[in-house]
Amino acid sequence: MAIVNNRLSAEQYNQNFSDIHPPFESREAALVEANRCLFCYDAPCIKSCPTSINIPKFIKQIATDNIKGSAHTIFSANIMGGGCSKVCPVEKLCEGSCVYNLMHEKPIAIAKLQRHSTEKAISGKWRLFERKPATGKKVAVVGAGPAGLSCAHVLSREGIDVTIFEKESKGGGLMTYGIAAYKVTPQFCEDEVNYITSLGGIHIQYNKELGKNLTLSELQRDYDAVYLGIGVGVARQLDIPGETLDGVVDAIQFIYELRSKGYPAVPVGDKVAVIGLGMTAIDAATQAKRLGAKEVTIVYRRTQEEMPCTEAELEIAKLDGCNLQWLAAPKEVKGQDGKVQQLICSIMQLSAPDASGRRAPADTGKTFTLEVDMIIKAAGQVPFEALIASEQIQHQQGKIIINRNATNLPGVFAGGDCVNGGKEVVDAVQAGKDGAAAIVEYLRI
Amino acid sequence: MVDISANFLGIKSPNPFWLASAPPTDKKYNVLRALEAGWGGIVWKTLGSQVKNVSSRYSAVDYHGSRVMGFNNIELISDRPLELNLQEIRECVKLFPDRAMIVSLMADNDRSSWHEMIAKVEDTGAHGIELNFGCPHGMNERGMGSAVGQDPEIARMVVEWVMEKATIPVITKLTPNVHSVVPTGKAVVQAGTNALSLINTIQSVTGIDLDTLIPNPNVGGQSAFGGYCGPAVKPIALKMLTTISQDSITSGVPVSGIGGISTWKDAVEFMLLGASNVQVCTAVMKHGFRIIEDLCEGLSNWMDEKGFATIYDFIGQSVNRITKWEALDINYHIIANIHQDKCVHCGLCYIACEDTSHQSIHLEYGKPYNTYTVKTEECVGCNLCKLVCPVEDCITMDEHRKGPEYLNWTEYQRKGLPLNDH
Repeated sequence: MAIVNNRLSAEQYNQNFSDIHPPFESREAALVEANRCLFCYDAPCIKSCPTSINIPKFIKQIATDNIKGSAHTIFSANIMGGGCSKVCPVEKLCEGSCVYNLMHEKPIAIAKLQRHSTEKAISGKWRLFERKPATGKKVAVVGAGPAGLSCAHVLSREGIDVTIFEKESKGGGLMTYGIAAYKVTPQFCEDEVNYITSLGGIHIQYNKELGKNLTLSELQRDYDAVYLGIGVGVARQLDIPGETLDGVVDAIQFIYELRSKGYPAVPVGDKVAVIGLGMTAIDAATQAKRLGAKEVTIVYRRTQEEMPCTEAELEIAKLDGCNLQWLAAPKEVKGQDGKVQQLICSIMQLSAPDASGRRAPADTGKTFTLEVDMIIKAAGQVPFEALIASEQIQHQQGKIIINRNATNLPGVFAGGDCVNGGKEVVDAVQAGKDGAAAIVEYLRI
Repeated sequence: MVDISANFLGIKSPNPFWLASAPPTDKKYNVLRALEAGWGGIVWKTLGSQVKNVSSRYSAVDYHGSRVMGFNNIELISDRPLELNLQEIRECVKLFPDRAMIVSLMADNDRSSWHEMIAKVEDTGAHGIELNFGCPHGMNERGMGSAVGQDPEIARMVVEWVMEKATIPVITKLTPNVHSVVPTGKAVVQAGTNALSLINTIQSVTGIDLDTLIPNPNVGGQSAFGGYCGPAVKPIALKMLTTISQDSITSGVPVSGIGGISTWKDAVEFMLLGASNVQVCTAVMKHGFRIIEDLCEGLSNWMDEKGFATIYDFIGQSVNRITKWEALDINYHIIANIHQDKCVHCGLCYIACEDTSHQSIHLEYGKPYNTYTVKTEECVGCNLCKLVCPVEDCITMDEHRKGPEYLNWTEYQRKGLPLNDH
C-alpha cells in the first residue's frame, strides 16, 4: 500500500474528470426542455434560489430565441450564474421545488438550461452590463471568491472602482480551488472570473493575503469602504491520536492540489478513508476514486437521514464505487514509520436531537478498524478565527458577526462563508449582492 | 362492432376519411400507397389548365416547440400532363373499386372548357367531381379558384354549366376567403350542386425570416400570399361549417368537412356539426398515410363507447347546440373551484385572473408554494383559470344557477332586470 501519483493514463484521467452534467447538444434539445416550463407565476423555483434568479423568465427567453436576454436575466441576479449552473445542489434548491415534482414528473432541467445561456454568454464574451458614470468612490474587496466577485460586480456597475485582494494566484475562490473538477474545469473558472471583470472597474491584485502582506487598517485608510469575503480556511481537526501521521490530509488541500497542479501530479492512496459527508467529502471521495484509489470508504458518524450532502451527491459517490460506513466516528489513526496504516472507528448510535435539530450520535463503546493508507478529512471547515480576532472584528467562534452586512468596524462589511461558516456558492453570491447594496447605501451614492 | 363505412351521395367508402385534393393525391404512386394504408377515398389533386410551379412552395407556423401548427402553400393545381393524370385515375379506380375516387377540377372560365373536362373525368370511371372554387393563390389572379368562389353569381353560373354536363355527383368546394360562406353556398346549391365541401385554405403570411427579413416561403428573395391550413384553421372551419349546416338552403345537401383535421376527434367534431365525411391533408403531409389507422380505430372505439352503430347516428348532433348569443340562458352560472389536492401551485390561474380577468382568485403567500383559492362571489365563470391550469380536473367549473328558470337576454331586457351586475 502506498500513496502515489500518476496512477492512470492521460486518457483515463480525461475520462474520469470529464463533465458530469454535459450541456444541451443543440438549440432544439434546449427548446424541448424550455418549452416544458409552465412559466409559473411567483414561481417556487425563484423562491428556492438564494439569488432569486427569475427562472421562468430566463427559460421563456430561451424558448423565444432570446439567449442574450436569458443570460442577462440570469447574470442580473447571479453574476456567477454560469458556475452555479454546474455546482449548485439544484435538487434541493430550484429544481427541488419545480411544480413538476408535485405532478410526479421530472422537474425542469433548470441548471442545464441556465448553463445553456450562460456558457454562450461567457464564451462569446457578451457585454450585457454597462457601468454607471464614475462616482469617484473606491472600495476594497478582500477575497476574489463568489462573495467578493459578486460584490465587486454590483459595486462597479454602480460606478464605484473596486480593487480585489486575493491571496491565491487565481480568482474564483472555492469555485476554482474547492469543487470537484468534473463539475467545473479550471479553465471555466478562469473564464468566468475574466467575464465578470470584463465589465471594467474591477482590478484584482493576486497573492495579497490579509494578515500577511496586507492589513485591514491600510485598506480602511486607502478606500472608502472594505468588503471582506475571505471565506473559511482549513478542514476541521479530528482531534484524535495519530492525526499528524503521513497520509492524513485536508480535503480542501487535496482538492486544491488537484485543481492547481493537475490530476497526474496528485498522489492518492490505495485504500482511502474520507471523514464526513458534506459536499466537500463527496468531492474528495469521488475524486480520490477517479485518481485511481482502489478503495474509498466514506466514514460518517450519523445516518443518511442526517447527512448534509444531497441524495444526488451521494448517488455520485455510490456510482463511483465509494463505500459508506454509517454511524462511524474516527477514534484513532494508527501507523508505522510515521505513515498511516489503520483508522480505528467508534461505532455510534443516534440519540436525542442536538442543537442542529438532528439526532446526535453517541458512542456505543464498540470499535472497528479500517485498513487504509490515506485519510482525507472533510468534516467541515474552520473559519480564520485568529486573523479575524487580531483585526478586532466581532465574531462568534471565528464567524464574523454582521449587522445589515456591516461589521463592527466602520466602513467594513462582510459576507459569504466567513460570515455563515460555509454554505453554497450561490449563498455567497447573494451575500456579495447584499454587501454591495449596503456599501452603496453607506457611501450615499 | 360499429360500422364506420360512409355513403356520400351514393359514393361508398369503408370509412369516412378521404384525402383532400392536394400534393398527396397528385399521382398514382401516392394514391396507391394511401389506399393500401386504408384511406376511404381520394380527391385527386385539381386538374385544369397547364401550370408551372415555383420553388420553394410551403411554409409553416410552429407553436411552443410543436412543428406545423399551421401550414401554408403557394403550390398551384396539378402541374402534371392532363392525360397522364386521367390515365392514372383510371388505373387507381380499377385497382381499388371499393374506395371513393373524386376528381377535383378547375377549368377555364367558359362553358365548353368545363364540359370538355367533365367528359374526360367521367371517362376515367371516377365516382364524383369536386369543383375547386377555393384556391387562393396563383389561379385566382387568372379568374379561377377563389375568384369564382368569392362571387356567388359567378359560382352559380359555373355550377350551372357543370350540372348541364355532369352525370356523376358534383361537390362544390367553398373558399373561406369571404366574410361568410353562406351566400356562395346558397348560390351553388340553387344551381344544383349535389354537395358542398369546406373549407379551402385561407390566405396568409406565415412569418418572416428575422435574419433576411424575407417572408416565408422564400422564392428567390420574395414571397406571395399562400393558403393556410392545418390544426390552426380548424376552429374557423368548424364555424363556417356550422353556418352551412344551419342555413335552410345549404343544409339541404351533404357536406364534406375539411380544415385542420388531424385526429379522429377532429373528424368527429366536424361530423357532429354536420359534415357527412371529412377530408384530410396537412396531417398526412406531416406524418404520412399511416395516420389512417388511428383515425379509424379512434372513431370506432368512440362510437362503440357512445353507442353509435353507424356514423349517421351522430352526424349533425351538435348543430342545434350552437345558437345566437341572445338565446343563451343568463341564469346559468358557473364558479371556478380549485381542488387543492390536485393544485401544483404554479399560479397560472391566479395571474391570468388577476391581470386580465375578474380578480377572483385569492393568493396566500407561501415559501416556496403559494395557496390559491377562488373568491366565489367575484367569479363570473369565464373559464380562463381552468383553461390555463396545467393539471387536469384541478379546476372545475361548478354550476350555481342564478335562478331555476331559463332566461335569455331578450326576456331579461323585457323584464327590466338590472344590468352591470359585475
